[in-house]
Amino acid sequence: MDTFILIEIVAKIVFVFAVCLGVVPLLVWFERRGSAWIQGRVGPNRVGPFGLIQPVADVAKFFFKEFWTPANANKWYYHLAPIFALVAPMAAMTIIPFGSHLVIGDYIINLQVARVDSGVLFILAFAGLEVYPIIIAGWSSNNKYSILGALRGASQIISYEISMGLALLSILLVYGTFDLHKMVEWQNQRFFGFLPAWGVLVNPIGALIFWVSTFAETNRLPFDLPEGDSEIVAGYHLEYGAMKFALFFMAEYVAMIMASALMCTLFFGGYNLLPGMHALVDLIVSVHGFAEAGRQNATAILQFLSFFLKVSFFMVVMIWVRWTLPRFRFDQVVNLGWKILFPLALCNVVIVSIVMYSMN
Amino acid sequence: MGTVNVSREYTLKEKIYVIALFQGMILTLKRFIDGFFFRKHYTIMYPEQKRNYSQNFRGMHFISVDENKTENCTACYLCQTVCPAECITIVAEERNPATNSYGVRKEKRPLSFDIEALKCCFCGFCEEACPMDAIKLSRNYELSVTSRQEAVYDLKHLKREVKGRG
Repeated sequence: MDTFILIEIVAKIVFVFAVCLGVVPLLVWFERRGSAWIQGRVGPNRVGPFGLIQPVADVAKFFFKEFWTPANANKWYYHLAPIFALVAPMAAMTIIPFGSHLVIGDYIINLQVARVDSGVLFILAFAGLEVYPIIIAGWSSNNKYSILGALRGASQIISYEISMGLALLSILLVYGTFDLHKMVEWQNQRFFGFLPAWGVLVNPIGALIFWVSTFAETNRLPFDLPEGDSEIVAGYHLEYGAMKFALFFMAEYVAMIMASALMCTLFFGGYNLLPGMHALVDLIVSVHGFAEAGRQNATAILQFLSFFLKVSFFMVVMIWVRWTLPRFRFDQVVNLGWKILFPLALCNVVIVSIVMYSMN
Repeated sequence: MGTVNVSREYTLKEKIYVIALFQGMILTLKRFIDGFFFRKHYTIMYPEQKRNYSQNFRGMHFISVDENKTENCTACYLCQTVCPAECITIVAEERNPATNSYGVRKEKRPLSFDIEALKCCFCGFCEEACPMDAIKLSRNYELSVTSRQEAVYDLKHLKREVKGRG
């Protein structure tokens, strides 16, 4: 293999994982400070400027805590679950395109770790994997609250996977491809000359269903029944302490990043420049006098920036919703999944396919 | 008397739920703006700011002293007797009559006066029982210690030159 390609791949993997794991402490900080602001509190503000170092201090504390295993737990699965929880969403991050391409010399670097033709299937596979850590953790801990949490998690995630899959199907009919890169390129066109052709404008119901389902998939608050602090203590990760708990905790945030990135890629134009950023590109190019390659590189960097901003917006919305809505009752969750979202998603698929057929 | 079911039919607006959801989101957004931009919060930043408790707050005891820095306590055992938690232990001693300038006013003095703060229920009976207004309850509520032994306060700790309620 060409050395340059090897370096390129390693650099991209390191970049994606570094950004991903680097955002987690910030997100934890924002979750805590943001909730404090919403509730008229102050939040952690002692460690570092504005309390920004607090999540790092928390993880340092987790590192030094006792590595404890319940006596009757199944050791192998008990230790496997937190690893699984973190790896599944991290692996799904590899196929999210975060920019078009960079040009360095003769090489063209696609800003996507793995260009998988069947990208959506890959994502579905890894989203489906997110249910396993919950089941494994709940079952292997040998605790009744854990198993209740695992049961809830399993039924909830499987119910919402159906409506999520149907929402994906409806948008796939519009794009006509499984490749996330091509989807983003499709969204680069414009309606009526000015409106960006984002998936959400083509298929708003699909976007809403997908967004609601991602909340259920990532176990965020209106659907955080597997954890359900007030009913089943901490649900599936009740028996986990120290760094094993921290892994679950980080996994929740990585899953949040993954879900937001996916929402952004599928429905909100992916890495396409935000409205008004084209002028910024022109300005940078004219100031520095870049050639074609320089223009492309400047565009790619701004594309990454706009992708980052869009994903940040969705993560903020996730936190915002968490501190707005109380937890649903379990029958309400299942009713919403099977009686409302599933028929709605099905109708949406039918309508979108009729419209697409009649337009071609 | 069975359970009375008072459920009602939901209107369409309530059934859709999304409207109520957005109302809630706007409400929390307003609170967020209050907190983020205007720094509005109800938290008392504790070690720097302190809650202003009532004048009647009953905190840690102290023993008042007179103008010669001599404790007002005459070791009459009334506080030890009245104490429901039995946390006060007094050992009495007679003052030397030759050097005692107080005369009959202070014939006895406490050799030791221990209060086990962990046993104390802060009822204030000792303060009420005291005929000399010697033992009093201050408004000090910061009583954390690192061991049980440190929570036993002796006369040296308790003697404070405080006017009125500390």
